[in-house]
Amino acid sequence: MTIANYLVLAAVLFTIGAVGVLVRRNAIVVFMCIELMLNSVNLTLVTFARSTGTLDGQVIAFFVMVVAAAEVVVGLAIIMSIYRTRRSASVDDANLLKY
Amino acid sequence: MGAIQAPSLSLAALSPLLFVFGAAAIGVLVEAFAPRHVRHPVQVALALAGMVGGFAATLLIAGTETVTAGGALAIDGAGLFLQATITGLGALSILLFAERGLDPARSSFVAAAAVPAGSPRDRELLTSERVQTEVYPLASFAVGGMMLFATANDLLVMFIALEVLSLPLYLMSGLARRRRLLSQEAAVKYFLLGAFASAFFLYGLALVYGATGTIRLSEIRAAVTEDGTGTLLVLGLGLLVVGLMFKASVAPFHTWTPDVYQGAPTPVTAFMASCTKVAAFGAILRLLYVAFGTADWTWRPLVYGIAIVSMVVGAVLGLTQTDVKRMLAYSSIAHAGFLLTGVIGLGGGTGSGLAATLFYLLAYGLTTLGAFAVVTLVRDGDGEATHLSQWAGLARRSPLTAAIMAFLLLALAGIPLTSGFTGKFAVFRAAIEVGAWPLAVVALVTSAIAAFFYLRLLVLMYFSEPAVDGPTVGVPGLPTTVVLAVTVAATLVLGVVPGSVLDLAESAATLVG
Repeated sequence: MTIANYLVLAAVLFTIGAVGVLVRRNAIVVFMCIELMLNSVNLTLVTFARSTGTLDGQVIAFFVMVVAAAEVVVGLAIIMSIYRTRRSASVDDANLLKY
Repeated sequence: MGAIQAPSLSLAALSPLLFVFGAAAIGVLVEAFAPRHVRHPVQVALALAGMVGGFAATLLIAGTETVTAGGALAIDGAGLFLQATITGLGALSILLFAERGLDPARSSFVAAAAVPAGSPRDRELLTSERVQTEVYPLASFAVGGMMLFATANDLLVMFIALEVLSLPLYLMSGLARRRRLLSQEAAVKYFLLGAFASAFFLYGLALVYGATGTIRLSEIRAAVTEDGTGTLLVLGLGLLVVGLMFKASVAPFHTWTPDVYQGAPTPVTAFMASCTKVAAFGAILRLLYVAFGTADWTWRPLVYGIAIVSMVVGAVLGLTQTDVKRMLAYSSIAHAGFLLTGVIGLGGGTGSGLAATLFYLLAYGLTTLGAFAVVTLVRDGDGEATHLSQWAGLARRSPLTAAIMAFLLLALAGIPLTSGFTGKFAVFRAAIEVGAWPLAVVALVTSAIAAFFYLRLLVLMYFSEPAVDGPTVGVPGLPTTVVLAVTVAATLVLGVVPGSVLDLAESAATLVG
């Protein structure tokens, strides 16, 4: 197995996540797509840690997991609060702020 | 296996950060253990003590140039200047947060964020004394993250700092007492787009790590100088820049800015517009100068283009706005473009762009904080009156408020004898010195366009008939009065006698890595 395979897989996952953020309408699904992007970065980091022979990449991957967990706490709290008021988590329904 | 070596840690160099993070951590404990009625004064005092302590610490250790915490933090002239700016502006923002005299609802912040907006319980709580005091520790954490962001010497620390400053801001923008739906919507938008942008930053980090085998800025610089730049590295740099530009609300990554600035509680908007901008530009300067300073062809065209887009978008779309907060948001986008002119003026490290950008950040932060403080004063029965038409004839209702706003708007437009003029002059000169005169020409033209919408509000305040059921101008309590006095005085002083502060920025303009 070459390193390139892992990098391409990670790039594909990152792209799927990024496209998902742009096209999906439910805030929870958008958020899951962002998590997919973060995890594809983790795969990239671990692959590079192997290819460059350093440990930094693996350590960063742990930090990313911690940050992602903190982001989940904050994000779900915000999405919950808006859902309680509107009974909807669609990002299209949240359209009071424009122009 | 050898024993793990403890990294070198200079507590003196870290003391500004320790003050702010310490206050934030104690604030969490206060929130958990202090009875509700004493929480508000205690939290305000604690947050202010943290910021002022941090500010004093930066002054005490001024002149330090060291790389500490195992190489993760670079405490240097520019870093300390930015930390002092952030803590100073942070302390003023805390004062705005603490204002209890203006709103009949006693605070800009919600009484209990968990109660659904519009429910009977929510209406009951609207006029209660209760307030969500968590905003003070949250603001302290955000300020700590910003200070870390401006001194990060390593891409991982930069990423962690980015999150430490962002996560509290996402929450704080959803905590408005009135118009809660708008506020919550702003929080969702800010959160989703912010998390999206930090994923790009992170992917950029991974690519740069893959290309150079390191995340330390100085080692990246060495690798770039030695091995040249490959596709992977340039791609990674591009993604890092996207992530940072998002935080600095630079067009074309600005789409969140008007919505969040409008929806968030105005004191939080003031905090975001001033402190976040300073921190984000601190990180941009450090990344571009320390890590990629020897290969500036990799970022110069990119930043050049983004600066033009940002100035044009901010100035032109600002013309069409009908809401004061949205207008100030577009003004902040245009100013981000002007700041990037100063970043271009860095040259290969020989230009005067660094000092000019530092000065501009200080001047812009103070002015914009003052402008948002004025916005908190103009209110009607439903909270703040932010629609432009409601500001018509404000000078007749309250000459002093209108005069303060007019002065701050002139400073934002860059009229001589205000800090805005000095700052713009400095960054444009820096850009021209390194041969980027086309950029300076665009900047001048867009300044003129932007001046139109500042002056439009000014004309509206002074030469229109006040509406019959127009807004009232609240009498500010002590905290807001202090903020207005400080920001107006600073805007005037930095415009009339800017010499000593310019010299200070000049002598602080060093980055170690």
